[in-house]
Amino acid sequence: MPEEYKLVLKYADQPGYTPDIECYLRHGGYEVLKKALTLPPKDLPDGKKKPPQEQIRDDVKTSGLRGRGGAGFSCGLKWSFVDRKSGKPIYLICNADESEPGTFKDRQIIHKDPHQLIEGMIIACFANDVHLAYIYIRGEMPEGAKLLNRALDEARAKHFLGKNILGSDYDLEIYIHRGAGAYICGEETGLIESLEGKRAYPRIKPPYFPAVLGLWMCPTIVNNVETLCNIKHIVAIGGAEFAKLGAPNNTGTRIVSLSGHVKRPGYYEIEVGKATVGELIFDPNFGGGLRDGRKLKAVIPGGSSAKVFKAGEKFRLKRKGPDGKLVEQEVDMLDLPYDFDSLIAAGSMSGSSAIIVMDDSTDIVAALANIAEFYAHESCGQCTPCREGSLWMSKALHRLTHGQGRAQDADYLIKIADNIPGGRTICAFGEACSWPVQSFVAKFKDEFVAKGAADEARRAKEMTAPVEQKELAVAQVAVQH
Amino acid sequence: MNAAHTEPIPNALRPQSGFAMPSALEAEVDELITHYPVKRAASLMVLHAIQEHFGWISQEAVEWTAKKLEVPPINIYELLTFYPMLRLQPMGKHQIKVCRTLSCALGGAYELHKHFCERLGLDAHKHGPQTTKDGKFTVEFVECLASCGAAPVMMCNDAFYEGVSRQKADEILGGC
Repeated sequence: MPEEYKLVLKYADQPGYTPDIECYLRHGGYEVLKKALTLPPKDLPDGKKKPPQEQIRDDVKTSGLRGRGGAGFSCGLKWSFVDRKSGKPIYLICNADESEPGTFKDRQIIHKDPHQLIEGMIIACFANDVHLAYIYIRGEMPEGAKLLNRALDEARAKHFLGKNILGSDYDLEIYIHRGAGAYICGEETGLIESLEGKRAYPRIKPPYFPAVLGLWMCPTIVNNVETLCNIKHIVAIGGAEFAKLGAPNNTGTRIVSLSGHVKRPGYYEIEVGKATVGELIFDPNFGGGLRDGRKLKAVIPGGSSAKVFKAGEKFRLKRKGPDGKLVEQEVDMLDLPYDFDSLIAAGSMSGSSAIIVMDDSTDIVAALANIAEFYAHESCGQCTPCREGSLWMSKALHRLTHGQGRAQDADYLIKIADNIPGGRTICAFGEACSWPVQSFVAKFKDEFVAKGAADEARRAKEMTAPVEQKELAVAQVAVQH
Repeated sequence: MNAAHTEPIPNALRPQSGFAMPSALEAEVDELITHYPVKRAASLMVLHAIQEHFGWISQEAVEWTAKKLEVPPINIYELLTFYPMLRLQPMGKHQIKVCRTLSCALGGAYELHKHFCERLGLDAHKHGPQTTKDGKFTVEFVECLASCGAAPVMMCNDAFYEGVSRQKADEILGGC
């Protein structure tokens, strides 16, 4: 039976565990930082010495850690892109702008174990010669910002931050920067613009790769909260040992946020790929199944921008057979291992590891209308296809959910969605707003068409009805809006 | 004159009579500025501090901030029209923000929002924040508040509430 594997959330929910530094120290806190700061240079065969910073960076590469924010990009590679020869300062930003609908894992770390994040962050900064770093926390988490500020003060008082940290000659300062309600700040270049005090308009890449031209045009690393916590554990147990957790190319643990129509919604830390989508929904250790008498209808596997899975959907995937050779197998959506690569192979993504479950009571058109309204609200407005397209899609879906639909709206939605992503926009928001529309409409097309057709039929009937009834119908529509 | 020109500018800055910056707040702002090698970067944190004190951000506050951070006022104003949390006018004493996004919607967010509106005599179908006539409450839908496993969730000022039933909603209103 699949079980939780608690690495990052090892202590967070233990009774009596508090977010203050004394509690953290009692649980071995900041020991890994001490280890990192006192790593001796390693002798290389050619007589040269490898400095501790480089050793940690190599270890992170060995660990196979992939970013926990959404893109799942290799953390070691991201760090390796940093321009270390420019002579400019290198900055690190912790992305705590957790706002992908469905996701609530970073909130747990920030509220229950803020020092773990800070320790991981200090180690990451040390490994990358960073002397000034920021935690960009979303504006809607004022409590989290207060907790982190207090934790930073405590860390400063114990000389884990500031000048000459623990006598190591290494200086680092970390500050909190609060957002103010814009989802686009989770996009790393938008976040950088926002931190610079501007509107969070994402920057075009190339040339503005943060590793080269980031914050104030200096090399910058942007890492997610959970990713930075994992840095601590990689240094603690070693990259090779960390890589044994999870599955090849999908190493470590992930905190899965489970919400929607399950009996036990919540956050569950698992070894990556060691539980399937179905187990996360139905196993008593996780979601515990659907509400009584309900059947599964759809699953969004990685935050609201991930393409939806329909219950019963099957995929032909290449998997390793008993003899180690790759064979093509038919895999049900529920049997997909919850990892990065399997979900990509199935045409979706694990994204921010947020699963939203919808049972057969769900109006799928209304669910998509809800998501589309989110993206229409959150588009930053820089690129025309995204600004206009996200709004058109939302308006069409509003129409469909308010009695004003048309049978051809399904095709209309697909047409708009197909014309937003694919290099037409500066950032991946274009993809994020199109993928739900493309997948919902494609997989549940009959429901979209039926709803629009029913509206058309009703309106046609109203047009031929006597005058009083027509007026009544107009009045009803007015009330609905 | 064209009729369109006589309509008020949306999101216009409003004057604040008797605007004065308290010295404690200015000291807080000065400290915030030290966190950044470039002054302009402090703008969001400074606006948060100002809004926490005054409840909103006026034309005078924008001008004061711009001068403090050595940028043209437009660089501050453009933030106010971009970031939804920044307020261009006074809001209710108790600001109720109900999460609207999918997991909360599946968990009854629309019913919760409607309940607040009905209790406070507001229109549940109206877009954007609405304030009661006595200025005591503002109710609005906001996008995902990142606690989807405990839907529906909401905030009342800085306090965060999970799994909010109608009864719990009434208790929250009663405690205001």
